[in-house]
Amino acid sequence: MAVVAFWALAVLSVAGAVAVFTVDSMARATFALLVSLAAVGVLFLLIDLAYLGVLIVLMMVMEMMIMAVFMIMFMMNPAGLMPMTMVHGRRFALAVSGAVFAGLAALALLTPWPARRGTPPPDPAHALGMSIMGPQMLVMMVIGVAILATMIATVVLATDRGRYDRR
Amino acid sequence: MGLEAFLLLAAALFAVGVYGVLSQQSIVMLMMGLELMINGVIVAGGAFWYHLAPGTADGQVLVLVAVTVMALEMAAGFAVVTALYRARQVDTTDEAGDLKG
Repeated sequence: MAVVAFWALAVLSVAGAVAVFTVDSMARATFALLVSLAAVGVLFLLIDLAYLGVLIVLMMVMEMMIMAVFMIMFMMNPAGLMPMTMVHGRRFALAVSGAVFAGLAALALLTPWPARRGTPPPDPAHALGMSIMGPQMLVMMVIGVAILATMIATVVLATDRGRYDRR
Repeated sequence: MGLEAFLLLAAALFAVGVYGVLSQQSIVMLMMGLELMINGVIVAGGAFWYHLAPGTADGQVLVLVAVTVMALEMAAGFAVVTALYRARQVDTTDEAGDLKG
């Protein structure tokens, strides 16, 4: 059961990823990306990470909604009414992508992975919470500062003109 | 399914993302490629936690960091696209090659 679910979700995720770059419509590409990300979120339920899985699904749904708005704002052909391709260096990109996959797959299959240490805790979300409020708190603090810095930087970048350059 | 299966999925997602980043002309589509690459990292992080070291929560923290990076990358990317478009009505990578060299 778990094996079937894993492969179904894995195929769905990769198919969504491929669809992002093959469908004509930008709106469809956004939802294909959402399918790919959500499949990974559901996949996390199989490895006991229910909290992170739900977090991924919720965050990605919001993110893709925002992305759809930007798509419609910036893309020349958001609805995909005319078939078009917008790629450059396709052959080079395919070659690099294939090489990357071959290399990573070889690493995954050939590396002698160490034996499993420990067993999953009964409540992984509790363990995560205790960890980021304890030994891993520095990570959380850096994430917090990074989020704040990104908020300021994005506002500064996106504003038309600042307070002092009246034109 | 073992660790290898998860890592193969991660490698596939990452490779598709690499293709998108290298080949797409639209900056928004390029950022979708970046999202897919980070998606692969998330899969690998979760799989490493479950299959190698579930005793500590370090793998989960890695996934949390990757999810945050994904959101921040998209926010910063859209701000850059907005600034670029406002400055010169450009939304493709080919027209923004000033630093190429």
